[in-house]
Amino acid sequence: MFPTMFFVSVVVFFLMQMIPGDPVELKMLGDGSGDFSPEQLTLERERYGLNDHPVIQFTNWMFGVVQLDFGVSILTDRRVSEDIAIALPLSFQIAIMSTLLATLLAIPLGTLAALRQDTWVDYLIRIFSIAGIATPGFFLGIMMIIGILVITNSQWAPPFDYKPIWVDPWYNLSMLIWPALATGYRYSAVAMRMTRSTVLEVLREDYIRTARAKGLVEKIIINRHALTNAMLPVITVIGIEFAFLIGGLVVTEQVFNLAGIGNLFVTAVELKDYMVVQALVLIVAFVFVFTNFFIDILYAWLDPRIRYA
Amino acid sequence: MLIRQLFTAVLVSLVAFGIALMPTSDANAQKRGGILTYMIPSKGAASLDGHKETSYATIHPTAPFYSLLIQVDPSKPGAKELVGDLAKSWTVSSDKKTYVFKIHKGVKFHDGSDMTSRDALASWNKIVFPPQGILSARKAMFSMVDTITTPDSHTIVFKLKFASPAFIWAMAMPFNYIYSADVLAKNMRYYETKIMGTGAFKLVEYTPKVRIRGERFDQYFKPGRPYMDGIIGIFSPKQNVYVAALESGRAYSMFRGLPPQAVKDLLKARPGEFVVQSSTWNCALNITPNSYKKPFDNVKVRRALSLALDRWGGSRYLSKRAIVKTVGGVVFPGHPLAPSRRQLQTLEGYGTNVKKNREKAMQLLKEAGVPRGFKFTLNNRTTDQPYKIVGIWAVDQWRQIGLEVKQKVLPTSKFWAALRRPKSRMTEKGAFTVSIDFNCQAVVNPTVDISKYIPSSGANYGKYDDDVLERLYNEQLREPDFDKQKALLWDFQKRLTDQAWTFSTLWWHRTIVHNRRMKGWNITPSHYLNMGLVDVWLDLDK
Repeated sequence: MFPTMFFVSVVVFFLMQMIPGDPVELKMLGDGSGDFSPEQLTLERERYGLNDHPVIQFTNWMFGVVQLDFGVSILTDRRVSEDIAIALPLSFQIAIMSTLLATLLAIPLGTLAALRQDTWVDYLIRIFSIAGIATPGFFLGIMMIIGILVITNSQWAPPFDYKPIWVDPWYNLSMLIWPALATGYRYSAVAMRMTRSTVLEVLREDYIRTARAKGLVEKIIINRHALTNAMLPVITVIGIEFAFLIGGLVVTEQVFNLAGIGNLFVTAVELKDYMVVQALVLIVAFVFVFTNFFIDILYAWLDPRIRYA
Repeated sequence: MLIRQLFTAVLVSLVAFGIALMPTSDANAQKRGGILTYMIPSKGAASLDGHKETSYATIHPTAPFYSLLIQVDPSKPGAKELVGDLAKSWTVSSDKKTYVFKIHKGVKFHDGSDMTSRDALASWNKIVFPPQGILSARKAMFSMVDTITTPDSHTIVFKLKFASPAFIWAMAMPFNYIYSADVLAKNMRYYETKIMGTGAFKLVEYTPKVRIRGERFDQYFKPGRPYMDGIIGIFSPKQNVYVAALESGRAYSMFRGLPPQAVKDLLKARPGEFVVQSSTWNCALNITPNSYKKPFDNVKVRRALSLALDRWGGSRYLSKRAIVKTVGGVVFPGHPLAPSRRQLQTLEGYGTNVKKNREKAMQLLKEAGVPRGFKFTLNNRTTDQPYKIVGIWAVDQWRQIGLEVKQKVLPTSKFWAALRRPKSRMTEKGAFTVSIDFNCQAVVNPTVDISKYIPSSGANYGKYDDDVLERLYNEQLREPDFDKQKALLWDFQKRLTDQAWTFSTLWWHRTIVHNRRMKGWNITPSHYLNMGLVDVWLDLDK
């Protein structure tokens, strides 16, 4: 886990160095209504350690990270951890809601499609899932907002400022349900197709034929023998999608005005806010690595043949 | 008969007296209460310190929490007059080198402490004479200030090295918040991340990049103000979001400006629900050639680029699609010191005979040895309004004099990197050839307007040298006579046009669409102004 995160940090840090533009100038210029002397800008660069050699900058940053100090954002002068503390719960909530939605849709529908292979039920579910894969989440999001405005005759729209679920549950859910639906639909479509094909494959296995031959009830065959074994690749897909949602919802976040990790990432890259980019890279890498680790544990639980030393 | 006439006369007098005593309907109409939700079209404020920042992304969320010493009169459209805010009154000496401001008594900070001239002094020292390591975005504007003193607890005196008409307008910059001297003494950077002022609203919550929330400050020094119970500003960089928020009534306003199509869509979606206010915007969209690159080192080629633009036609066409409209020079159009329309039309490239202009442009290109079909790239910013739209228009205008131009849109970081390239590297291959450029100012003042165009300005992205422009700028800066200053400004405009170091396309046009329930707010030519929201009130019964 740690070598992966370190490697990603090194690569991203030096890639950021290659982007043209000076973060202090980008920050100070604003709309162009100020006029700073080169001496003032040099002093400001000094304050953030940007005049140091990149290797020294990276070493200093790494030293801070080891002490769980991600530094100060060049753009906002706040602790990076404060900015992340606002964005991360939001991104996590959407990822969890989308995952729940996707799982609740994908597994029953995918299984149903497999069991009713080549019937109208199967065709309908396949059309539904292909449409989900083909429709980008942000497009669906825009359509949702327009649709809501049309249906309510412009009398209602989702809230556009995030409040945590523990502060105002109704407000929170009436804002986040829409992006969760928009992303969850595409997410469920991918998982649905995976469920269908793996269930179909498992249903053709010898042990399923044996179970049927010995007269086991179909419900038990499907739930205990087919689905459990078909779940391994589905879980992998769900896990990867979950990790992706933490940092990858850039456009959907913009459509619904969500100050999540994706938006924070893009702004930080645009303005060359190294400290924030580096911290986010670490977090996203951690989420990916941890999710994979969690999936591996689930594998072992679902399939007793798998045991890790 | 006499009694009847007498009775009528008394009755008429009584009615007239009654009418005279009656408050005006406007004064009577303001209602108290309600919370104004408004959209801030930005990803978030950089820091919260107005002294250091230059963006509306800081002004829009923070202005309601602060007071200024003096301000552009928020009650009058056009931003042409100044009034005191914390300053009750001010006087100017006969040599126009000493300004004495009398400060209101009984002003409180949000922490309950008294605001005195000591606080004003600490704030102004931070702006004009910032200590080492502390940034002030407007330090250069106050180069004329010699000393700032406080003879008593409610008086602050500015002594200038030389008289300058720009001084008082620079004082009214909406970024010049008055901070607490005690807070600054403890931590000079406190205001970068915290808010504590004397404004009409007191901070309740600030979630960076999400929302700012304030409640009425009951000890605010202006009696009866503010009218509203509170404000909520929501950050939202995307147009689809803030338009949907306005349409659904989730927000009542967005104070930057909307493009024409969004205005039309809103009015169509909810007829009668909105009020539209518009004004020429104190932002000029310019084009700057790189005079270090051939053939743009030749003044004839630069002049040809300006001559090819049909500014009057562009105004008619582009104003339907983009946030630009007004044809103007370097001084804000319509300002008493700006040239008249007729005078402007005598400038090269501003005449209405487009055919003749373009023939001359082609002649100049021929004389400079630039062949038909000459190719170059227009450096632009990846922002639709108005940059890319005007860029596309300019490309077409130049096509009509035989130039083949490709527009290259860059993300903000790369765009700034291109413009801020040092003079020594302007000849390198990667340097821009011709770029979109702009000049946005917070207050309407010609000296401030033209400060961008002097060669020594940090915003001289063409990196040109021109002693004549420097001299003219300094002369008008020190010229107290109105007519003489106007003449100097015209000379400045002519010199800039003749050399075509940089030239205007069109000035921006600001249109604000707000909910009809929001009252008491007037549009100004600047999106930085009138954000204190002290006089805004909500008519929620409507």
